[in-house]
Amino acid sequence: MPFDLIKNGLRSASARKPHFSSARDLKKHYDVVIIGAGGHGAAIAYYLAKYHGITDVAVLDKAYLGGGNTARNTAVIRSNYLTEEGIKFYRDSLSLFANLSNEFSYNVMFEQRGQLTLAHSDAAIRNFRWRAEMNSHFGVRSRLLDRAEIRELVPSLSMNESARFPIVGGLWHADGATARHDAVVWGYMRGACERGVELHQLTEVQGIDISDGAVQSVQTNRGRVGCKIAVQAVAGCSSLLAQMAGIRLPIKTFPLQAMVTQPYKPLLVPLVSSPHLHVYVQQTSRGEFVIGGGSDDYPLYNTRSTLEQKESLADGTLELFPFLAQAKILRQWAGITDMTPDYSPIMGPSPIKNYYLDAGWGTWGFKATPICGQTMAQLIATGVTPDLIRPFDLERFYRFQALDETGATAASH
Amino acid sequence: MKRLLCPANGYRNISEFTYGGEYRLEPVNSSERDWADFVYFDDNAAGIVFEWWYHTATSYWFVAQRNTVSDEIIRTYTVAEFESIERDR
Repeated sequence: MPFDLIKNGLRSASARKPHFSSARDLKKHYDVVIIGAGGHGAAIAYYLAKYHGITDVAVLDKAYLGGGNTARNTAVIRSNYLTEEGIKFYRDSLSLFANLSNEFSYNVMFEQRGQLTLAHSDAAIRNFRWRAEMNSHFGVRSRLLDRAEIRELVPSLSMNESARFPIVGGLWHADGATARHDAVVWGYMRGACERGVELHQLTEVQGIDISDGAVQSVQTNRGRVGCKIAVQAVAGCSSLLAQMAGIRLPIKTFPLQAMVTQPYKPLLVPLVSSPHLHVYVQQTSRGEFVIGGGSDDYPLYNTRSTLEQKESLADGTLELFPFLAQAKILRQWAGITDMTPDYSPIMGPSPIKNYYLDAGWGTWGFKATPICGQTMAQLIATGVTPDLIRPFDLERFYRFQALDETGATAASH
Repeated sequence: MKRLLCPANGYRNISEFTYGGEYRLEPVNSSERDWADFVYFDDNAAGIVFEWWYHTATSYWFVAQRNTVSDEIIRTYTVAEFESIERDR
């Protein structure tokens, strides 16, 4: 990659080639149709082509590549969850993330800066101790920090003991990281397109044809497309698409609001999160502070912003980093989160044969992109659910085997 | 701030209320599967829906008709009012 930069930098005309397949007609039939060209859809296509030789694949999106929640998340990558199933799954995702830039020959700006979750109560300390033990047992680096260690680790953090909710301790997750979310989806899609996968943007799925209990084709604004297998990876409208296939999901859809300040010199290395204050803060490599929080209080399919949510984010942020009081907010936006009852995703088969679900990604979808793509591709190619994702199937709700991650989700309701 | 018309307390800021889930009836004489459906699964529709809402300060439950795309509250009902409309439907 650096050699390309030097070579092309010395040329007058750009030698860059388009990364993705350009617009073309849809074929009448594909082996696999992936609905949704976000990080997950692109990753499934990439691993199908790379490991399973399945390249007769169309990735459809009603808008454009990586334009949905892949572009709207706050790019936190961590694996310090609470359940055995969750920890193993996100742990494997993190190790795939660490090698993505090499694998793609494309810089995804993966930075392993560590993630610090703050406790403001004894109850939180008990939860952190539990998580630290569970994490260590499965090879994830997590440990409890006292106030002195936190002060040393994040000197810019206010440790004021007379604050409304003083910090009493923290959970330090050295594996925690961030990456450029756009580059992740571009890297996956480029790799998939190079191997023959077709990307079709502005192609909206409007219906799903089912006969004999199996998916036959999808109807789009550009005509009907037959398929042997279809998979939905449409965070933010999972319930609406599944309903076209007659499937009801355990999902409530909420907006999640975030914002970004003007850039400052580098002064905050780790990602800092306070579940109690419903806020998490990190400084991007170009200096802006990204501030995110919990989902809104009631379900909505709308990315509007509200003053009260912005006030709440600012309130929590200033308690942690008072020096940001004069910061200007440059941008604010909302993503759409498909929240499941147990704060764990839904991956695997659906009640419709050959129709697979990659849904319920709430506020934890970006960090799972690589491993979800890899395991879903394996499921599609072999018809057998990999052990790593078997516990996350839709049927778990009928077995009453929820995978409760509410306590390990950075800023929950 | 958005305001919501509580049938018992009049117009109040929406932050005083708690969302209580989609309006639906409890299953009667049902299987475990029906109960899982009732407890976990949702229509999660984009459009006009009927929902339970709760005025937190006064512990008062009621039903609201709301548009989940435009973020508008269309109407609110007392439970008795809503159930009589449901019966006639």
